[in-house]
Amino acid sequence: MDQILAILTNPMVLELMWIVVQIFAVIGPLLIAVAYLTLAERRVIGLMQLRKGPNVVGPFGLFQPFADALKLLSKETILPSGASKTVFVIAPMLTFILSLVAWAVIPFGEGLVIADVNVGILYLFAISSLGVYGVIMAGWSSNSKYPFLGAMRSAAQMISYEVSLGLVIITVIMAAGSLNLSDIVEAQRGLWFFIPLFPMFIVFFISTLAETNRAPFDLPEGESELVAGYFVEYSSMSFALFFLGEYANMILMSGMTVTLFLGGWLPPFDIAPFNWIPGPIWFAIKVALVLFVFLWVRATTPRYRYDQLMRLGWKVFLPFTLLFVAICGGVMMAFDLLPGA
Amino acid sequence: MITGLFFYLFAAITIASGLMVITARNPVHAVLFLILAFFNAAGLFVLMGAEFLAMLLVVVYVGAVAVLFLFVVMMLDIDYANMREGFQRHLPLGLIVGGILLVELLVIFAGPGTTIGVADVDLTRSNTQQLGDVIYTDYLFLFQLAGMILLVAMIGAITLTMRHREGVKRQSIALQNARTREETVALVSVENNQAPESILPNNKSESKVLR
Repeated sequence: MDQILAILTNPMVLELMWIVVQIFAVIGPLLIAVAYLTLAERRVIGLMQLRKGPNVVGPFGLFQPFADALKLLSKETILPSGASKTVFVIAPMLTFILSLVAWAVIPFGEGLVIADVNVGILYLFAISSLGVYGVIMAGWSSNSKYPFLGAMRSAAQMISYEVSLGLVIITVIMAAGSLNLSDIVEAQRGLWFFIPLFPMFIVFFISTLAETNRAPFDLPEGESELVAGYFVEYSSMSFALFFLGEYANMILMSGMTVTLFLGGWLPPFDIAPFNWIPGPIWFAIKVALVLFVFLWVRATTPRYRYDQLMRLGWKVFLPFTLLFVAICGGVMMAFDLLPGA
Repeated sequence: MITGLFFYLFAAITIASGLMVITARNPVHAVLFLILAFFNAAGLFVLMGAEFLAMLLVVVYVGAVAVLFLFVVMMLDIDYANMREGFQRHLPLGLIVGGILLVELLVIFAGPGTTIGVADVDLTRSNTQQLGDVIYTDYLFLFQLAGMILLVAMIGAITLTMRHREGVKRQSIALQNARTREETVALVSVENNQAPESILPNNKSESKVLR
């Protein structure tokens, strides 16, 4: 008994346990948010299209996500006989894990962050660029035509939009003078970056739509041409992991938009009624707002054609963001606005 | 102690997946192992305190280069039997190239009279700033040169693969947007029981207006 107590009170073990507690404190609410985002999506789109949406299971349909989860769990897991088994099984796990690990660096409030790393924004960018592997691996290992086509489209799309996403991030880094996400939020005290960098904010938002394979850029899963794209062959829990991964990625990208452009946990005005509300709540409100726009876009825009998608990425966004990086740097240099100089 | 443990973990996985890259039967699996190796190398960078380099390694190599690699390997229709034949034939050449690289590395790191030049950096600053301090000052020309080499490679690849084909239908969005009502719509008053003159086959000049 004493030995166990000694081990448990060892500072290293305590630190480890504290980290685990922090991780669960982030993942728990995140998974609930993912569950209710699926409901919110169906309800919001339903209302926008003058339908009711799911409103039967529980009050206002609030238990619908749990019913869906139970249904998916009770389905049979199928491994296609021609599939590359290991890769087929790893792909959905990878997608889901990647959508969770990125949350380690997102600051929810002043000092409320699991890992306050110096290169936080690069870490986020790196993790989001890895997302394409889940898709490619799923598409290839299924050994089937539709998933493969979906995976090819997705890979090309995600790489194209990553380039402009990277350039937008560079502008934000220049404006904030740091790669640390907490510092970037602090730099927005007084003026959120979406005001001075408004064109970049728009480009960033559209690129995140493409990066998460959401409408109007949901070509990888365009059901009218590809059935469901890269996860046609998946069923049961492996399908659920893709599904959860996609929605967690949406929330992550909204969190990234909020952190980079909408002042993270900061209240809109630093005056009495606003700064009574704690930071994490502001963060959640802003993320919900961006997510609403995600759903709004899905309800109102038709799907892009593939060549239009590529044109927008390479011929419009890339030159524009490149030019804006140069202009931004030039203006900040000329008017002596460079942070930390 | 934990750092040491992680070092051996990352190093072991890097080496093991490096071996799998050259021994895996399926080329797609080989590329996936290559990605795992990159990833663990990034982990090693983090342990060394070079977190900026680690992130660049993941963003550039894992996030972009390896994806294209995987793309190409998946699209190719590779004959595995042929590949194995080639293995025997190309083994000596591969060994020679590998051997030369190994000797060069040994000369650099363990050879007599060679010291590895380390740039003077201010250790109180974060390593992104340290890198910026030297790259954009002392090594500016080398840095620019590296960029130029990449540019040349890019232009080379484009000129090698670009060919102009006749008869390909292209959409010019600027042209479409520049169309006016006058050139696309013609109002014609039509007589009863008679086709309008402008769409009759013999009236070429008028039918152009209709498009």
